[in-house]
Amino acid sequence: MSRARKAPLPTRAGARPKVTGVSDRARAWRQHHGRSARDSLRRLLVVPVRSTLTVLMLGIALALPALLYLALANVGQLSGHWASSHQMSAYLKAGARPAAVEALTATLRARPDVAAVTAISPEQGLAEFARQTGLTGALANVKNNPLPWVLLVQPVGTAPESLATLRDQLAAELVVDEVRLDMAWLTRLQAIMQLGQRFALGLGCLLGLGMLLAIGNTLRLAIENRREEILVVKLVGGTDAFVRRPFLYTGLWYGAGGGIWALVLTQLGLWLVSKPVAQLANSYGSQFTLQGLGAGETLILLMVALIIGWLGAWLAVGRHLRDIKPQ
Amino acid sequence: MIHFDRVAKRYSNGFEALKSVSFDIAAGEMVFLTGHSGAGKSTLLKLIMAMEQPSRGQVLVNGSNLNRLADRHIPLHRRQIGVVFQNHQLLFDRSVFDNVALPLVIAGFPPSDVGRRVRAALDKVGLLHKEARNPLELSGGEQQRVGIARAVVNKPKILLADEPTGNLDPELSAEIMELFRQFNEVGVTLLIASHDIELLRRQQKRVLALREGELLSDQVPTALHSDGAKGHRGHHE
Ligand SMILES: Nc1ncnc2c1ncn2[C@@H]1O[C@H](COP(=O)(O)OP(=O)(O)OP(=O)(O)O)[C@@H](O)[C@H]1O
Ligand SMILES: [Mg+2]
Repeated sequence: MSRARKAPLPTRAGARPKVTGVSDRARAWRQHHGRSARDSLRRLLVVPVRSTLTVLMLGIALALPALLYLALANVGQLSGHWASSHQMSAYLKAGARPAAVEALTATLRARPDVAAVTAISPEQGLAEFARQTGLTGALANVKNNPLPWVLLVQPVGTAPESLATLRDQLAAELVVDEVRLDMAWLTRLQAIMQLGQRFALGLGCLLGLGMLLAIGNTLRLAIENRREEILVVKLVGGTDAFVRRPFLYTGLWYGAGGGIWALVLTQLGLWLVSKPVAQLANSYGSQFTLQGLGAGETLILLMVALIIGWLGAWLAVGRHLRDIKPQ
Repeated sequence: MIHFDRVAKRYSNGFEALKSVSFDIAAGEMVFLTGHSGAGKSTLLKLIMAMEQPSRGQVLVNGSNLNRLADRHIPLHRRQIGVVFQNHQLLFDRSVFDNVALPLVIAGFPPSDVGRRVRAALDKVGLLHKEARNPLELSGGEQQRVGIARAVVNKPKILLADEPTGNLDPELSAEIMELFRQFNEVGVTLLIASHDIELLRRQQKRVLALREGELLSDQVPTALHSDGAKGHRGHHE
């Protein structure tokens, strides 16, 4: 009787009725999944107010970082606009001869980091100035045009370093008096964007942690409510996976509800600011429109919601089921 | 089938509920476990169910040593044992049918099988007509029988019962004992904890008597009621 072998699988015991086959088992397993999912949903719907509040809270916690992300993405898109339309203005020395100007323009056009060069003569500059200021009549009589030649240089890249190199080399040219490139705002904007991204990430992590805790706590109560059932299930040979299953589905449902709320709230937030943004852009003569969540981003948001729901449930169930042992 | 080898159980508070208990129950036996309150009967049954681990000695069930049973094999171990408790542990959020079906669902039986087996088990305990009821609507004796149906629905080789007739009237107790006898006749090994001396005498089965955690005696009680004498069977030890 005292065999010291590793315990044989008791399921193979002779008198125990055999479950017909692997496919039957798989079918039963699938059915239990389906039943757990339905049962979990039913339990949530029985207490609609409490479930809605939980799910709404998750939705808000998800919508916040999503909106922040969208804000950053939109600003990024805007700054992209600006950076690419940004050009350097090279003011040439007074009295630069047209031949020298032409030579410089040709050299610049040949550079790989220069997309386009426009030369503006003092006369053109004056005309433009007059047109913009409405002082046409007064300026028509100016004898001594004070304006220099100006070369508008459109760089290829937007990287601050390469812009700086181009500017320095341009400034070193003999005929060039001064080069204007206000890069400080670009660098600053990029730094701010980076800060914003860090902030969004940190906020997302914190809120994610908060959601895990909230789901964990909600599930702790659910587990406590079903203590009797868990004890009986364990007593008649239910595996941990079997016991865990309905709670994991509860977590998934919470995640799904939270994800949908997050989408709704994000759309709502976008809709609220889209009008003022459009007006603002219009006043600048810009075609800029707010970008919403794309299909991929929507999917990611939903996946994150589901994962958080599932993970929160898994952590809670793992912690609390161990405490529930048949005595 | 059930083998205890110098088993001791000391609870975490230091109380020694069992002290070096040894016995052997062969397959197909029907054995009673008796003793005063606190003698260690429930503790002994919990050891067989792997709900508690012995602090010394070995428990072997159907050839496997429970000391060597990995945690993940405990559910499979429990599936080969049916248990009936005094506080029947039925779930009141579902029907009688679903209560009885639970072990089958857990073991992954296909639904068609589940229905057939559950009805067979309920028929056996005479409650087929109440399958759709909630256990709350049943009498104590009926609830106890639902518990028995759940314990045997899986056709376990071993059936453990802890005070199965605890607060039932003598007639119901006799009925339930009769059920147990029927299971025994089809080869199920039974171990029934009870402190109902009268009932033990009538049954004329082997009795393990515990006192303060020690095995006091292991014998078939001398028949006072000769009507039960026919069922007298000799046992080793
Ligand atoms: N989890 C536990 N922790 C500490 N002591 C325990 C625990 N369970 C039982 N005991 C003690 O072990 C002793 C035996 O308990 P057990 O439940 O096995 O007795 P029993 O014979 O079933 O009694 P009864 O007839 O009253 O059910 C008791 O003195 C009890 O207080
Ligand atoms: Mg007891």
